[in-house]
Amino acid sequence: MRSDPGLYDYFPYIERPKITWPGGARVAFWVAPNIEFYELDPPINPSRRAWARPVPDVVSYAQRDYGNRAGHWRMMEVMDRCGVRGSVSLNVAVCEHHPEIIEECKKRDWEFFSHGIYNTRYCYEMDEAQERAIIEDAFETVEKHTGQKIAGWLAPALTHTERTMDLLAEYGVKYTCDLFCDDQPQPVKVKKGRFISLPYSLEMNDIIVYNVQRQAPRRYTEMLKANFDRLYEEGADSGVVMCIPLHAYAVGQPHRIEAFAEALEYITGHEGVWVATGREIAEWYTQHHYDTAVDAIETHKRKWAPKS
Amino acid sequence: MSLGDDYLKYSKRKYGMDHDRYPWSILQKRKPVTWPGGARVALWVVPALEFFPLDQPAMPFRAPGGMVTPYPDLRHYTLRDYGNRVGVFRVFEVLDGLGIKASVAVNSKVAERCPFLINEIARRGWEIIAHGVDMGRLHYGGMDEAEEAAQVEESIGTLRKLSGQPVTGWLSPAKSESMNTLDLVAAADIEYVCDWINDDMPYPIKTKSGDIHSMPHSHEIDDQTIMLHYQHNEAEFVQQVSDQFRVLYGEAAEQGGRIMAVTIHPWMSGQPHRIKALERALAQVIEHDGVWSATGAEILAAFRAQQ
Repeated sequence: MRSDPGLYDYFPYIERPKITWPGGARVAFWVAPNIEFYELDPPINPSRRAWARPVPDVVSYAQRDYGNRAGHWRMMEVMDRCGVRGSVSLNVAVCEHHPEIIEECKKRDWEFFSHGIYNTRYCYEMDEAQERAIIEDAFETVEKHTGQKIAGWLAPALTHTERTMDLLAEYGVKYTCDLFCDDQPQPVKVKKGRFISLPYSLEMNDIIVYNVQRQAPRRYTEMLKANFDRLYEEGADSGVVMCIPLHAYAVGQPHRIEAFAEALEYITGHEGVWVATGREIAEWYTQHHYDTAVDAIETHKRKWAPKS
Repeated sequence: MSLGDDYLKYSKRKYGMDHDRYPWSILQKRKPVTWPGGARVALWVVPALEFFPLDQPAMPFRAPGGMVTPYPDLRHYTLRDYGNRVGVFRVFEVLDGLGIKASVAVNSKVAERCPFLINEIARRGWEIIAHGVDMGRLHYGGMDEAEEAAQVEESIGTLRKLSGQPVTGWLSPAKSESMNTLDLVAAADIEYVCDWINDDMPYPIKTKSGDIHSMPHSHEIDDQTIMLHYQHNEAEFVQQVSDQFRVLYGEAAEQGGRIMAVTIHPWMSGQPHRIKALERALAQVIEHDGVWSATGAEILAAFRAQQ
């Protein structure tokens, strides 16, 4: 084990090279619905139990199933209303289980990136061949069902190994959503290839807000607006990223959907907001800002290296 | 340590669900349902009358709301018993005042310990839903099937005997089931279950005795979930009931009748400082035109007549 993941160098938020977004936008804004499938009776991973209760954990399973049966369709309607295309964090087995959902997302020109095979299959304890197999599976499944080549990765149930980032970059994935240390994209140090961290957010994630922090729906509206307001202010100096990760089983509940709609209307109602997908933001950053950032990080490192 | 290769095998990776209990179905794409009188929303209020035994077993888990401290946890035992002694009468008074019917989920131990309460339900013409034996006798994966069958029989048999009602609905304590629960309750002539919180409408669910139905009993619009689990205050409870209703009521205009289920625990909402919030929450629903207050059995009958 390591004390530092070794994926990026310290690079303070202030005094960075300016980031510009298309059209001079202050905030690159993206919404990432997690479209997931949780298995009723998954195989056991020794590092993590899938369900708190003995199988069948009816409450937890059915709660998640609600997202696909009912919640997704409400969430999609609100995003349509606000002109937001989703960047789908996809358990790729949904392509087989629920192709109707995939079709509707395709019609709307949403992006698909990988969130593993199932949200009940964890990467802990995987050997390299197994980890390669799930990456290859994700590429093949998404391409077969959507025609898209995946550009992004959010580890299934946020489970990783020490080799995950190197493998993703080797296979040509462009961005990871698993690093929460910044409000701007960052180069990620991998063995080969150009690979970046794209700000996803645990703080704005509906599951974290509702199920971990246990906040009320109207409070979520306030949190989203406050997060946006501050980033919008700072974005006047240098471009930032705001992401809202969603789960239809949480945000798509009737008592929560309008609270989310209010925040989404507020954010997309501002000038200077680039409403984009993860892939679009990642490509723009990689093309226009990656090299500058790598140089600036090197310069910072040299300047502040301990004097010998 | 490494994972066996079985960890990357996906034998149920195919169209639909990964089990055979119910087919995959999208709420918004189903045939619209109409309710009696052209109502848009069926209001289904389900108070739960529960007995949390002082010696509630810790295994396989404790039903939420149960004992917390080392034995004897008089604090939680009595706080829950408050619901059956005091809170329930405030809750029933609110429902009476608003002209709302209820389906009351009852542990059979409550019926045995407090027959007075069965009479209070019966004299109002309300429905009784079987809610297991008590909150210490869970149904859970891996439990002995004969033991579970006896538990099902004890619950349903006792409630039918003491109430004289057919008792056609089932709510497992803590909504916890084994792989056999659905088959066992269906064999005991249960027609609908309340444990599966994956939909806003009824749908058929398969059992060894043929199809029964899943009814959308609410885990979200539930005083225990909102005020105990999430620790939201009373005003937030009222707000969430309002938001839930407005969305369902709006959808019903285009997608057909919806069900607004409200789950109430008299040990929670029956407290003096919360009862007005419950009243406000329900009043803002029932005051709308096109709201049909009904029992689970009535809602299911109306639904089935159209399938």
